[in-house]
Amino acid sequence: MKIGLVCPYSWDVPGGVQQHIRDLAEALIDEGHDVSVISPADDDTPLPPYVVGAGRAVPVPYNGSVARLSFGFLSASRVRRWVNQGGFDVLHVHEPEIPSLSLLACWVASGPIVATVHTAIPRSRVLVVTYPVLRTALEKISGRIAVSEAARTTLVEHIGGDAVVIPNGVATRRYRKAEPLPSWPGSGGAIGFLGRLDEPRKGLAVLLKAFEILGQDRPGLRLLVAGPAADPEEVLQRVPAALRDRVVLLGQVSEDDKVRVLHSVDVFCSPNTGGESFGIVTAEAMAAGVPIVASDIEAFRQVLRGGEAGELFATGDADDLAQAAGRLLDDPVRRAALSAAALAAVVQYDWSVVARDVLRVYETVMLGTKVAVAQDEGDWQAR
Amino acid sequence: MIADIILVVAAALFIGVYVSWRAGRIDRLHARVETARAALDVTLLRRSSVALELATSGLLDPATSLLLAAAVHGTRGGDRPRDLAESDLTRALRAAFSQPDFRSSISGKEGADELLVDLEEATHQVFLARKFYNDVVALTRDARRRPLARLLRLSGKAPTPVFFEMDDSLIADKPGAMLAP
Repeated sequence: MKIGLVCPYSWDVPGGVQQHIRDLAEALIDEGHDVSVISPADDDTPLPPYVVGAGRAVPVPYNGSVARLSFGFLSASRVRRWVNQGGFDVLHVHEPEIPSLSLLACWVASGPIVATVHTAIPRSRVLVVTYPVLRTALEKISGRIAVSEAARTTLVEHIGGDAVVIPNGVATRRYRKAEPLPSWPGSGGAIGFLGRLDEPRKGLAVLLKAFEILGQDRPGLRLLVAGPAADPEEVLQRVPAALRDRVVLLGQVSEDDKVRVLHSVDVFCSPNTGGESFGIVTAEAMAAGVPIVASDIEAFRQVLRGGEAGELFATGDADDLAQAAGRLLDDPVRRAALSAAALAAVVQYDWSVVARDVLRVYETVMLGTKVAVAQDEGDWQAR
Repeated sequence: MIADIILVVAAALFIGVYVSWRAGRIDRLHARVETARAALDVTLLRRSSVALELATSGLLDPATSLLLAAAVHGTRGGDRPRDLAESDLTRALRAAFSQPDFRSSISGKEGADELLVDLEEATHQVFLARKFYNDVVALTRDARRRPLARLLRLSGKAPTPVFFEMDDSLIADKPGAMLAP
């Protein structure tokens, strides 16, 4: 199948939408499909072979912040040329309600168009339905995908219509192997944590308390913490002075370093106290094959198969966490078993599975017609 | 004796007249601030109306249209302070107009040239109205700050007027500039 993907944001800027498109494109290519992505990008950015640059994105105020977007006739004619040469069976645009390439692609193309909604901005939707020039472009979309139930709800409430929910996948391949950080995990054992340090629901406080208990009878045990915090000093202050030099804060880490962190510990801990709908970080840790101890919340119970693919402890209970983590640290056989179970369980969240769901949406909207340059879109040229 | 009394009465009279003149001046300045603010609001509203007209004219591509419409929307009762929202509109307009060949791409189409001229005029008027408004605000703030005005509370309950700062140039770094032809 020939698939055209449209990215609204600059390829050279890190972001969730860009990463989603990259992972989806690579998963579709692995399935044997012919994929082309068009995205704004600086001219000197090295692009993967499947990405076509649509020129530099322009920083512009949108919705109260500055976004880097591609708009205007010049961008539109680049998209038109790409559509014309691509001969796509299906066009898949992302975030079409953002004033950028995806909206332009809907405008210049006709045929089977699928759209994925990532974030839900109610106000922009109000605008979209108000103005005919936008409505015309967006009404060409034949199928919508939302990446979360929240995005779907906003779509239903603010614009009408509906979308199928297909959550983000995990690029398990990228997590499988990595070089541990120098001197980690060490001989005394190491526990890892990933996430915002000062967001109470991420549960770092529970883990710190458990580490206090564990650290007393395990002189070599260390804690590796990666994630942003407004005040990292304050986090260290919560640890007793005697244990403080065994807690290492890395701050915010890059995607590559995140994988290395997962490979640098003996046990990974997800102590969240709630508010997770899927637990992407836990799934990523599973993909790295690191034994997991996680709080017993619905999202983790599901992803860890009710405790088969990782230990569960009573949510918010530091004593229970200390016991569960202690058992794992003492039992290499159990750790190896959990690691294998996690690797097997995470397969169902892999992008290849997600890509198959997306392909089913493509097949539903394809009715034998190909994507072409829209005829009526010459309207503006005629004026 | 009588001469002394006359002197005292005359002095009191003089001071009274002077103080009431000062109070009257501050009052007049406050009134001028209000008029100037109303004039500024009118020009801002006119500018955003023309921008919205351009956004919905069908002359532009939908992405640029949405960008401008969203910026106009932000100036009308959004949750963002007025000065920031108006500056956002300026920057959105600037981004639209600084596209290569923007003018030539729409010039000559029905209604396009009139809209562009309207927009330039509205933008220049915002620049002028803002200048005049900030001018009288400066005068008023100065008059209110004088010791006598503060001591006798000559400005009464009227709130201190504030300057209106915003980015209002369609060409970067040229305040109030109109577009290059």
